[in-house]
Amino acid sequence: MTAVDLRVAQRPNAPLTTYRYDEYDAAFVRQRVAEFREQVRRRLSGALTEEEFRPFRLMNGLYLQLHAYMLRVAIPYGTLTARQMRQLADIADKWDKGYGHFTTRQNLQYNWPKLVDTPDILEALADVEMHAIQTSGNCIRNVTADHFAGVAVDEIEDPRPTAEFLRQWSSLHPEFSFLPRKFKMAVTGAAHDRAAILVHDIGLRIVRNDDGEIGYQVVVGGGLGRSPFVGKVVGEFVPRHDLLAFLEAIMRVYNRFGRRDNKYKARIKILVHEKGIDEIRAAVENEFAAMDRSVFAHDPNEFERIAGFFAPPPYETLPRDSQLLRAAKLGTPAFANFVDVNVSAHKIPGYAIVTVSLKPIGGVPGDATSDQMRVLADASERFGFGELRVSHEQNIILPHVKQDDLLALWRMLDAAGLATANAGLVSDIISCPGLDYCSLATARSIPIAQAISKRFADMSRQRRIGKLGIKISGCINACGHHHVGAIGILGLEKKGQESYQITLGGDPTFSASIGEILGPGVTAEQTPDVIEHLVDFYLAEREEGEAFIDTWRRLGHARFKDVLRREGEDGADI
Amino acid sequence: MALISEGRFIEDAWRRLADEEALPKAGKVIVSLPRLQHALEVLAPDAALGVIVPNVTDPSALIDALPRLGLISISFPAFSDGRGFSLARLLRRAGFKGELRASGRLVADQYSHAVGCGFDTIEIPDDLAERQDEEQWRAALNVYTMSYQRGYSGRGSILEARRSAARS
Repeated sequence: MTAVDLRVAQRPNAPLTTYRYDEYDAAFVRQRVAEFREQVRRRLSGALTEEEFRPFRLMNGLYLQLHAYMLRVAIPYGTLTARQMRQLADIADKWDKGYGHFTTRQNLQYNWPKLVDTPDILEALADVEMHAIQTSGNCIRNVTADHFAGVAVDEIEDPRPTAEFLRQWSSLHPEFSFLPRKFKMAVTGAAHDRAAILVHDIGLRIVRNDDGEIGYQVVVGGGLGRSPFVGKVVGEFVPRHDLLAFLEAIMRVYNRFGRRDNKYKARIKILVHEKGIDEIRAAVENEFAAMDRSVFAHDPNEFERIAGFFAPPPYETLPRDSQLLRAAKLGTPAFANFVDVNVSAHKIPGYAIVTVSLKPIGGVPGDATSDQMRVLADASERFGFGELRVSHEQNIILPHVKQDDLLALWRMLDAAGLATANAGLVSDIISCPGLDYCSLATARSIPIAQAISKRFADMSRQRRIGKLGIKISGCINACGHHHVGAIGILGLEKKGQESYQITLGGDPTFSASIGEILGPGVTAEQTPDVIEHLVDFYLAEREEGEAFIDTWRRLGHARFKDVLRREGEDGADI
Repeated sequence: MALISEGRFIEDAWRRLADEEALPKAGKVIVSLPRLQHALEVLAPDAALGVIVPNVTDPSALIDALPRLGLISISFPAFSDGRGFSLARLLRRAGFKGELRASGRLVADQYSHAVGCGFDTIEIPDDLAERQDEEQWRAALNVYTMSYQRGYSGRGSILEARRSAARS
């Protein structure tokens, strides 16, 4: 009996909504833990110097930060079971300070682990089929995917089997573990891009050709950081049969020719930018033609095996719209607001996708306490087949909730402080940890997010403003994705003072664009004022149904610049 | 320098020839890349000859010499510079059957990566060998029983194992 069979036998009612380890996966992850335990021992004995240890601890998600180590746990394609979420809560209590931070790459970070405890933490993760493999380091990172995978109404195919296939292929790759720089991949299978694939080193978009065959549009060289680029198409239609070989070809070209003389120019986006996409495409195609592709040939049985784990849960047959929900919304206005803002359409009649915001007004974006994690786990089991997702907006998704159950779910969330009805609104801010934690940061970002969130505390005003993405990074490495925020905020340090540079017009979707700088930097104190004035200007100028970025595109950057200029005339020192 | 082969520290049967040293008629010698053409011309066709190459070498520059070479040593300027792994793969793909050696400050934790890419031996400086003894290198070979990739040497492939399990 395999591990999966065993699991199913033990919990016959548990649906298979995410990948489950077989004996090989389980052995691999245990061996990885044993290897790391030995690496820590050898580091402490002096067999490994810190310089030698560094890439190996990073490839196990362990950073040395400003005050302590930070452990980044992989949540492949952002999918979690209730049991896994409970284990994350238990780890937070046992080895950290009772909370965790969900990141823009669908991972979870613990900010206070001790080096000597990390092997035990990894062991505890392995107990629930989790790991921290390749969440850091110059290797292929945890593969991300659309957080509405499998339930979105606009999907061609669930991207998670592809992502899981790539997770396995990239794990401890003999050739591609010492790349010039980190390497991030994202997959989407929907018409609307929720995985920001155009700003990844490789973005995969599942497409169907004229013959109805499934394949991938392969985009390369996107990325944020100090030199942001929108990715370019390197393969218009790569059949599934050739996907792995094509990716090996890209990785080999990058490993050989990516710059290693300057870490700030080492990402593949710089190689693509300097050589041009045509030269890169030619190099990839040459390598693809030269390699023995038979060993990479797609194995339909293996793909089907993996895809089987992502089979739909046993949905009930329900009417498209719930009468109970309609009545509950009429009776409870706060609930109605929550439904209008945080609930999305589900492909199955009578079901809904619920976004649980980890952005309470004035809170730390993406943080969840262990108690909240347990509430989320319970909620997923009561109302959502025990499945949870992490979005790159740093929120938690319950992907299959019956519309009839939404009121009960909302009450449960509300009691735990998890019912903030701001998904996608101005206070649903993406923020990196910034100078409060990170050794790279040049400015604080969390307090800026908190101040803006408090400024817009009036929820009816937020709903009037509508969807508006604010993204904050505490340094040019851009972990907070500020380049692709409709409003982006970048924290810099100028003459010992924090200075915040504001950009407008960023867009992470298929219509991707990098935000344009509004003007000179402003102080931390001025930032909420400037944001408020920009938003007020938008409200005054917008046409019916127009989102912030559309108004900005229509009016042009200069009109918005005037807002900042007026700010200066009001006496602000900018 | 210490030489590691199959998890053991062994005597090096090859000798690295300094560029100013004359080519001996016999014996296993390793020359630098600029001297390779000359060595090929003056040595007997069956003389043992090795070459040490930078990790940025274009494999096509070695193609003609491959059947004549008993050893190719790829230098790693830093242990974190992975270009040598791809070059090893490309040389094996081009049909090189002799000893493939990684030379530099590689650490034991990279041993299975090197073997996976086709390296036979690892040559490291003595100070590193003192800190990372034979036991650590041997242990590094046995950390993992299998790997996820196909087409790489060393361990069995998980994909293959699943395939044969499904067949049986």
